[in-house]
Amino acid sequence: MLGLNKKDTSLLIIVALLTLLAPFILNPFPEGSAMAQFNAGYPDLMQRFVIFGIFAIGFNILFGLTGYLSFGHAAFLGVGSYSAVWMFKLLSYNVIPAIALSVVVAGLFSLLIGFVSLRRSGIYFSILTLAFAQMSFALAYSVLSNPKFNLTNGETGLQVYADDPQILQGANAPDLPHLFGLPMRATYTMDVGAWSFDFNAGYYLCAVIMMVVFYLAIRIFRSPFGMMLRAVKSNQQRMNYTGLNSKPYTLAAFVISGMYAGLAGGLMAAMDPLAGAERMQWTASGEVVLMTILGGTGTLIGPVLGAGFIKYFENIFSKINDNVLHSWFAFLPDGLEDAVVFLIHPFIGKGWHLTLGILFMLVVIYLPGGLVEGGQRLLNWFKRKKTGADDAPSGKTEPAE
Amino acid sequence: MAILRVKDVSKRFGGLKALTDVNLSVEENSVHAIIGPNGAGKSTLLNCLVGKLMPDTGSVLFDNNSVLGLEPFQINQMGISRVFQTPEIFGELTVMENMLIPIFAMRDGAFRMHAYETIANEKVVVEQAEAMLEEMNMADKREMHAASLSRGDKRRLEIGMCLSQNPRLLLLDEPTAGMARADTNNTIDLLKQIKEERDITIAIIEHDMHVVFSLAERITVLAQGTPLVEDTPENIRGNPKVREAYLGEAA
Repeated sequence: MLGLNKKDTSLLIIVALLTLLAPFILNPFPEGSAMAQFNAGYPDLMQRFVIFGIFAIGFNILFGLTGYLSFGHAAFLGVGSYSAVWMFKLLSYNVIPAIALSVVVAGLFSLLIGFVSLRRSGIYFSILTLAFAQMSFALAYSVLSNPKFNLTNGETGLQVYADDPQILQGANAPDLPHLFGLPMRATYTMDVGAWSFDFNAGYYLCAVIMMVVFYLAIRIFRSPFGMMLRAVKSNQQRMNYTGLNSKPYTLAAFVISGMYAGLAGGLMAAMDPLAGAERMQWTASGEVVLMTILGGTGTLIGPVLGAGFIKYFENIFSKINDNVLHSWFAFLPDGLEDAVVFLIHPFIGKGWHLTLGILFMLVVIYLPGGLVEGGQRLLNWFKRKKTGADDAPSGKTEPAE
Repeated sequence: MAILRVKDVSKRFGGLKALTDVNLSVEENSVHAIIGPNGAGKSTLLNCLVGKLMPDTGSVLFDNNSVLGLEPFQINQMGISRVFQTPEIFGELTVMENMLIPIFAMRDGAFRMHAYETIANEKVVVEQAEAMLEEMNMADKREMHAASLSRGDKRRLEIGMCLSQNPRLLLLDEPTAGMARADTNNTIDLLKQIKEERDITIAIIEHDMHVVFSLAERITVLAQGTPLVEDTPENIRGNPKVREAYLGEAA
């Protein structure tokens, strides 16, 4: 289907089902129950899942295929957000031109940064991208925000004001980001017994876009171009002596992943019409690296899983506080309860980074192929259990799943 | 007719004269060996031919076109393929993919943004790659990762990758270095077979006299960065100057 082989088609269908049914899947616990705080099916968080999924899919095209580790991809995310908000300010709150411009501007910006950074490889490339991203951050935070020329609105962040031109904004159009009149914040809540599920217009826009770009990523992975990118990672010397110029291949991968990042940034602004410089900071660049490695570098679904995993932790784990812990361990004798809560305390709430860090370490050490490798091992283990021990283990991990 | 002409090439590394006025011409459809003791400048000369090093003076003509100042990929596109001392292949890719890449490179040039095509649909390229694997007796290994091949198979694969581009000149840099005798003989047989079946010029840099004397039609002896003699294998074998410079008194 759609020019994909059977395995990729089923992967695409699974991803499509998961994203479309996410409001159900992420809200498995009834409203008001003790477990309800583990529900992740609220619009804000669901949007973040898919937006960061897009960001990570794009990053993986560069890092997973060519092996060039960029530490500056947040710059393209930020540029995308700023472009989208400028579109809101100048044209109208319709998200289509905003998202289109964010992709184009991020593409041009990544062409520039990629052209310079790709003159070096390895650690020097990483440092160059990091330097560029930090310069962009500094530009956005202060330099490009002065009374004479205010492109980014500095610390406050770029937002739409009542006196902005918005030349195409119709009289009846909603006064917030919308898709031809359908506000991004429009949410339909379905109550089924004790459960409640939110269907949000913005989420579904992001979900559809993610499926499209996921499909494009599969096509790139399976194309001759994708094979050349893996050749860049494998042996540049052989590549050059085979009549291939590795530079434009790497640059093309860099620009494509920059455009994915710009798209993610544009969608962020479309969900919430505000762009701040902190989106470009190096921590944001590092986050997408973590997502990709955690999920499985060079695999198709890995980055999406990694993005979901990290965003879930950031939003759900960080909400667990001591009171919640006390209520969980109330069945223990008082002294013991306090001791248990005291032990767990550093790992929850604001300490979620600690938990994430430990998990990341465990994954990198024991599952170098990320969550995808973990899943494959589980699957193999189940298969072997089923067919019995006489079946020899394949020993070979399947790449690019 | 000479397909490769090296004229007055000199190269210095600081105070070291690596090459001094090297003149050399490789006849079309011949097997030409370049031999010489360690430090004679064989590798430097080879690197000057493929665009890795730029000679200080002199010229290198391939088919009457200068290759100086060109990038390795441009020289390859002119019809020169190089086999390395340690096999340079795409280890993380499958054997089949290793074979597909040079064929795509020949068809599409140094860069093409074929990001929306599917490899399986490129029937002509896939068939060519399969035929080449067949010729190299590696068809049963097509799904293996190239890194897990044996040393001899890696060498076969690399030679196959080079041949799949139908080069006019094949450069081999000590193709049997570090190989067991059996693998060496296999490589010699393979190269002989290639020579018989194709219109191809082979230039070979080699340490192993067994390989040189079983393959070469012309031999150039380099010593201290300059060609000592150029002649047929029979005459080289009996040449006292060569014995002294290269084979040693005892040989």
